[in-house]
Amino acid sequence: MYELERVSKTYRQGGRPVAALVDVDLTIGDGEFLAVQGQTGGGKSTLLQLLGALDKPTSGTIRLGGADLGRMGASELTRVRATQIGFVFQSFNLIPTLTAQENVETALAPTHVDKRERRDRAKEALESVALGDRVSHLPSELSGGQQQRVAIARALVKQPQVLLADEPTGALDEDTRGEIVGLLESVWKDRGLTLVVVTHDSWVAHRAERRIHLKQGRVMEKAAAKV
Amino acid sequence: MFGTYLRRELANRRRQTIIIAIGMALAIALVILVNAAAAGVKAAQGTALQNVYGVGTDITVTKAASAAAANGGRQNFQFGSGSGSSSGGTQSISRSRLSTEPGTTVFAASAVTKAANATGVKAATGVLNLSNTTFTGQLPTQGAQSGGFGQRGSSATGPTGGPDGAGGSSFGVDRVTVLGYDVKGATIGPLTAATLTSGRSLTATDAGKDVAVLDADYATSASKKVGSTVSLGGKTFTVVGIVTSTAASGSSASNAYVPLDTAQTLAGDASKVSSVYVEATSASQIDTVKAELQKSLGSTMTVNTQADLASTVTGSLSTASSLANSLGLWLSVLVLAAAFLIAVLFTVSGVTRRTREFGTLKAIGWSNGRIVGQVAGESFVQGLIGGVIGIALGLVAILVVDLIHPTLTASAAAAGRGFAFGGGAGGAAGGGGTGEGFGAGGGFGQAAARTVTSASDIVLTLPITPSVIVIAVALAVLGGLIAGAFGGWRASRLRPAEALRSVA
Repeated sequence: MYELERVSKTYRQGGRPVAALVDVDLTIGDGEFLAVQGQTGGGKSTLLQLLGALDKPTSGTIRLGGADLGRMGASELTRVRATQIGFVFQSFNLIPTLTAQENVETALAPTHVDKRERRDRAKEALESVALGDRVSHLPSELSGGQQQRVAIARALVKQPQVLLADEPTGALDEDTRGEIVGLLESVWKDRGLTLVVVTHDSWVAHRAERRIHLKQGRVMEKAAAKV
Repeated sequence: MFGTYLRRELANRRRQTIIIAIGMALAIALVILVNAAAAGVKAAQGTALQNVYGVGTDITVTKAASAAAANGGRQNFQFGSGSGSSSGGTQSISRSRLSTEPGTTVFAASAVTKAANATGVKAATGVLNLSNTTFTGQLPTQGAQSGGFGQRGSSATGPTGGPDGAGGSSFGVDRVTVLGYDVKGATIGPLTAATLTSGRSLTATDAGKDVAVLDADYATSASKKVGSTVSLGGKTFTVVGIVTSTAASGSSASNAYVPLDTAQTLAGDASKVSSVYVEATSASQIDTVKAELQKSLGSTMTVNTQADLASTVTGSLSTASSLANSLGLWLSVLVLAAAFLIAVLFTVSGVTRRTREFGTLKAIGWSNGRIVGQVAGESFVQGLIGGVIGIALGLVAILVVDLIHPTLTASAAAAGRGFAFGGGAGGAAGGGGTGEGFGAGGGFGQAAARTVTSASDIVLTLPITPSVIVIAVALAVLGGLIAGAFGGWRASRLRPAEALRSVA
């Protein structure tokens, strides 16, 4: 699915260059569940942004399904994000003024799906995360776990090939953490999509097929794949 | 999605929406009011001018008074020793003199034909402005005075005779403005701004006859009615009709109206006119017609349009015009700029607060254009809400002004009209008899080049025109678009990676 060759990303901070990623070589297979761990500032989020076509590397190449993301224009990257990649954020990032169903529908807005189909698919996605009875609720009327499930439904509704989750359990209690990780695992298995989870939580990371550790922008270790 | 998202965001950010909408509404209401006031004042100016130039007159042609004419034109009255009647050392005298109005220059009536034949001219008519001045009074007879000229009081016996028995004089001067106009069916001219209140108008059959139509104010002050007679230029005219100005309050252009040929005969100015009134075929033709007339009639003639003449309107109407056109305009611009600025600042601030929201949308595949459209749409609707409230406020303000009926005083001055009395008359009155002739030259003031001829109270009515509404809507849209453009520009500069920035 992903092939990263000597990928580096450098930011300028206060006029000085700061290396967020340094010569990262990484391959993520189709349908793989990868956990990315590391200290704060280690480059986890930068890696996720590059995988999610939100940013371009300073050097090196990133290929998604064989297509070089670094060579794509802004509109092509937007199309890739709209069709192939689903995002789940730590803080859920739901639109506070929209209901659960409308939040899910926002992911279909760029895909030119007609209104009725959009509504049906959003409802279906919410039912798949056991929130069929919460379609009309605003995010503020839902618990943290329910909000994250809405966010997962939003990521899945467009049937992406890749699901990128940035600390998906970071804002949840232990019980809810288990629910969300269980949900992610089930959609990964059921849909056969590629799942990349950035996490500080070793318990979550150990649920992945494979783990990598980022330190100062470099892939320091590759943990053994989970059986 | 666009509509739902927009509606929810505006409802959620109610306070911001209300502030932007109120700012925009106030600005737009002010623009509507100032626009309507300017239109109302312009219409009032038109009414004021109509009292002088008549309904439908687009252009007037006059001849600039030469220096000699402007400074001359003294009203001279010659009295012989046998003038009037004498009794008890007092000579009673009365003289009328009809002449072109001081400061007015007459010119050949062929100018009317030239004007009528010009391209773009619908109608043209000539008029002759005259002034009938009547001198009546009592003077001491020559024999009744003691001492010579300028020696009053030096004689041991003192002067006798005159109305006070002590050699004094008493006299008065009455002035009546007379307008000779084409009675053969003229459709424009000063009389078209007057309404017949009794009797009849002058018709073609009155040409050459000594008949007159009087202004109602003058008729009242002179105790004249239909059937009465009035002396003009030493001739007796029969009053056949009374007219009143169409303005709410005010006099028509002249005290008396007579057939043009009669006026020309009386003034000894056959085939002469003092003004030509021209109506263009359309408003868009006025400037072209003016240029053509100026060219064909020569540079000695003064060709004025209604717009040129508007500057001659004075009084509180003029003040209102200045207020609407200067203070009102700048106030509108200032408030509008402030409203736009508030809208822009709130929108940009709103976008900044929603950084993560827009970042998330970009991350899930929303394009820059879609996000800019969303922000611009929200601002646009805020502007529209402000516009609708502003239009309502503006219309209410116009309604209030119209209900109050503010009355403005307007005085329209016309070149070469009028007559001013200056110092010297009193001295003449006190002077000892000069015997054979009394010359008012130097005693009466000089003929005025410009004097008020029509003063009227005009009720200011603010019109509600579609163009004002269109302007208001356009401004609301513009305000929304400007705010939306700034907000959209800010949103488009957000990097999608911002959505994930919260987790390092």
